[in-house]
Order: sequence, then structure tokens, then C-alpha cells
Amino acid sequence: MTTRGESLTPAGLALGRAVGARGRPLVLASGGIVALVVALVLGVGFGSVTIDPADTVAILAHRTLGLDLGREWAPAAETIVMDLRLPRVLTAMLVGLALAVAGVTFQGLLRNPLADPYVLGTASGAALGAAIAVLIPVRFVILEFGLLHGLAFLGALLSVFVVYRLSRMTGLAPLTSLLLTGYAVGSLLAAGLTMAMYLSGTAIRQIFMYLLGSFDSASWVRLAGALPIIAVCTVAILLRARSLNGLLLGEETAANLGVNVRRERGILLGLASLATAAAVAISGLIGFVGLVVPHVVRMVVGPSARLVLPLSAIVGAALLAYADLVSRLLGEIPVGVVTAVIGAPFFLLILRRARAGYEL
Amino acid sequence: MRLAGVTVTYRQRDVLDAVDLVIEPGERVALIGPNGAGKSTLLRVASGLLAPARGDATLAGKPVATLERIEVARILAVVPQQATLPFATRVEEVVGLGRLPHEHPLRGARPSDRAAIAAAIERVGLGHLLGRDVRELSLGERQLVLIAMAVAQASPLLVLDEPTIHLDLRHQVGTMELLVDLNERDGTTVVAVLHDLGLAAHFFPRLVLLDRGRIVADGAPDEVLTPERIRDVFGVDPALVRLPA
Repeated sequence: MTTRGESLTPAGLALGRAVGARGRPLVLASGGIVALVVALVLGVGFGSVTIDPADTVAILAHRTLGLDLGREWAPAAETIVMDLRLPRVLTAMLVGLALAVAGVTFQGLLRNPLADPYVLGTASGAALGAAIAVLIPVRFVILEFGLLHGLAFLGALLSVFVVYRLSRMTGLAPLTSLLLTGYAVGSLLAAGLTMAMYLSGTAIRQIFMYLLGSFDSASWVRLAGALPIIAVCTVAILLRARSLNGLLLGEETAANLGVNVRRERGILLGLASLATAAAVAISGLIGFVGLVVPHVVRMVVGPSARLVLPLSAIVGAALLAYADLVSRLLGEIPVGVVTAVIGAPFFLLILRRARAGYEL
Repeated sequence: MRLAGVTVTYRQRDVLDAVDLVIEPGERVALIGPNGAGKSTLLRVASGLLAPARGDATLAGKPVATLERIEVARILAVVPQQATLPFATRVEEVVGLGRLPHEHPLRGARPSDRAAIAAAIERVGLGHLLGRDVRELSLGERQLVLIAMAVAQASPLLVLDEPTIHLDLRHQVGTMELLVDLNERDGTTVVAVLHDLGLAAHFFPRLVLLDRGRIVADGAPDEVLTPERIRDVFGVDPALVRLPA
């Protein structure tokens, strides 16, 4: 073996400490968790009826931990907190987590800093599915999941599957092929969406609301539907951080570093798309979170997926919780508008600060 | 590492034509030959990245096609010709990627991995580049980073594809000396594709000459690099090639 600990000189040992000391992940993690807790209290407290933060904490402590903090509150406040606001804030966090983790995965997998969870057709597939659901005159609801949720979920998954299969029939390099096929299929689905909107008449507002994204209709049941899918996918992606790290230097080098590239690409693509589909099914299309959050986190802790994935999950959850809060404070403007207004300038700022720039 | 009757066909053209090659543990071998002779293809077959149309490639006695990628990576480390990075990545982080085949699946890099990374950085002489974004470095510096990554990988077989191509003279010689040191002191088997016949002849006891997909000579430098072969295979006047006496 070429390298052994005992052959190290003192300089080498000092170097060893430097190598392990890329800083600040703990600071970001603890900052993110504090931000999440604050977002929870603020997000539950603010809205059309403002609830005192102390009351909010007391209600949450009473209902979740069984603690009595010695405060009195109106029964209406408890209903608002527990049945309306809490599922909404938690949904925003869950969706932010899913989009950020999927963003890290897609960017790493495609080796493209411009990739986001929607790049391979999930967004256009979900949008078309939702639009078709609005056009179909049949209405049914199973456990609060309507046709719209179901078709958006299926549309997102189906389009990624089609993109993946079609991309393997070209003679191009796999990554180029995936991106170009994704673009082509996405354009086709967008044409379908345009047609559906043209035909929809007064229902166009409903389609439009879906495209903008919202947590307006969040509920415990819908949250419970998406949570297991997103949780399982996130954990499974976290366990594959090694593969994403190997892909940093390209597919061939990844293979030489012990990554079964073809298998891992298929699995990671499937997991990230599943998480994205679950997120867009309950919240609509919310942009910028999956693109910006991974870059912010990478700027602080470097590119290792072992750090970027969990930290992006925390930051993404916090970001969407605050974006939803802003959207409610401004009178229920679509949350997708808020993320774009916050996200785009922030992204430009990051690009200015990134010394090496981003190669595309 | 063993290749038996390996034939690789690309668009009806044989890139490798029934190549037999055995490299024993502890050897130090340079693959030489003109552009398009099939040197890089041979390495890709040996490392299992490319399945040959005919023939077998074995690694440590097992068919490479039956090995998991992680098993291959623990036997064989490859220094690629080049590599691009999509995100800002520090020198030590790229070197650290060499530990992927060894790191704990859940906990990631352990102290022993960090020690190996530090030792590799010191051995290749990259201490002054720590903390720098690899994408800001010169091509030659990037090449040294990739070599350090493969050193950190610490596999018993080290394969390099034109490791000196972007290096200045001092670093060319330094890299050659590092390969000799890895081979003689650590017992690492070294297989390198080289274009500089002088470096190959001076630092490698065994040369394998490829031309148009076939091995045309295999042996000690003075047996392989005869004036006739230099004229026939490389198409240059032998007087232009300076070889060590």
C-alpha cells in the first residue's frame, strides 16, 4: 500500500488536520435548525388572524409534547393553529426539503449547475397532468386526494420515465442525451399544457394556480400522503452520497472510483423524481428552491454530497417556510412568485461572489 | 492484469486486434505507440470500462466483467487524462475522492482516510495548493492533483494515461520518480501510457509498443526502441529521438 499513517511527518499530520477541517457545516446546520423552529412559530402565528407567539408556543407544547405552560387561549386559536396553520407550515417545510434534496441530486447526477428538480420533465409532466385533471368533468376525492393530485404525481413520474427511456436510444453521451431528451419531451408537454389551458375556459384560473404553486390547500392528510414518499427517498439518496461524490469528476472517473454509474444513475434519478413528484402533487410548481439552495450550501461547505444533501434539506425547508409566510403576509400571493423574487437576486449575488465562476 | 485475445471494434475498425498482455504484480510497464494505436483503449478494457468484442480481461485472477466496480477500484487506480468539475472543489477534496472505494458507507471518511489523503498530498508535493479551487489551477497542476487522488486510492495496481502531458520538465521527472518510488518502495504495479520515449526508456524497465491495435514489441527499452522501429512505427528519423545510453 502506498500510504500509511505511520509514515507521516509532523507536517503531514498538520496537513491531515487541515484536510479534515473544511469549516462551517455545523454552524450552518445549527443556524438552519434555529431558523426552522422560528419559522414554525412565526408561520403558525401569522396570517389573517394573528396569534400571539407565546400562545402559539403554548398550544404547540400542549398538543405535541403534552406540556402545560400555564397560559389560556381561545379554542378558535387552537383550531387555527392545529388544523390550518401547522399542517401548512409543515407542508411548506416538507416540500422545501424534497425540492432541495432533489436539486442536489439532479445537479450532481447531470453534473450541471443549472439543473433543478424539474429539468427532466417532472414539472411539465405534472402541469399537464394537473391541467387534464381540471378538464376532465369527473370529480372524485379519496382521502382528500383528488384527480389533480393523482394526475400531477403520475404525470411527473411518467415524463421522467419517458425521458430516461428515450435518452438511452440515442447515440449521444448519456448526460447530454438526458438533458436534450428532457428538453424535447418538456417542450412537447408544454405544448400540451398550452392546448389544455386554451381549451379550459373559466377553469384556466385553477390550472394557473397550480402552475404558480401554493400551500393554500395543505392538510394533515395530504401531508401524510407525501411524507412517507419524501422521507424514504431522502434517506435513500443520503445513503448514496458516495455515488454523487464520485460523479464530481465525470462518469468514467466515477466508475474507476468504484461507482456502478449506470445503476446509480437510474436509482438516483428515480428517487429524486419520486420525491419531486410527491412534492409537486401537494404544492404545485414552486421554482428556485431546488436550484438555489444547493448552490448556497455548496458555497459554505464545499461540494461533498455527504454535507450538501442534509444541509440543503434543512435550508430548503426553512426557505420555503419563510417564503410561505411572506406570501401569506402579502395577502396570499402565490408562493412561487415569492421564491422567484427572493431567489433570483440572491442567485445573482452568489454568482458574483463565486470567485471561480460557474462553468456550464 | 491479464488480457487474452482482446479485440475491440469501433465502427467496423479494429481498435485492438487480438491483444495478449500479461502484467505481473510489482512490474513497471510503459505503453508506448503513436496516436490511435489503442493504448487508452487497452487501459479501458483492462479496467472494465469497455467490454471487448472478443477476448478476456482479468484482474487479480478474476474476469473484470464479473467484479463489482468497487472491487475493481480497490485493485486498480486510474489517473485520467483530464477531468472537469461542475462545482468549485478544493484540491484536498479532489484528492479525497481517491478514498471513496475505502470509506465507510455511512460515516464517510475516517481518520485513516484523512491520513492517506494528507500523505498523498505530501508525496505528490501539493501542499502549496491546499484550499485552492481545482478549476483555477493550471492544466499541469490539475494533473498532479489527479495523480495524488490515485495515490490516495492506494490500490496495488496504478494505471496512468499520459500522466506527463501538461507537466513542465521538472514535474515530468518528479512524476516519473514518484512512479518509480511507488513501484520500488511500496510494491505498486505501475502501468503508464507515455508519449515521451526518452522518459519511458529511462524510467521503465519494460516497454510495450502498440501500433494500429497490435502489440509489435514488448521487452527492455533497448530491445523495443530500435532505430528501425522508431522509423517504421512513429514515422520519424531515429536521430531525432534521444534515448538514454
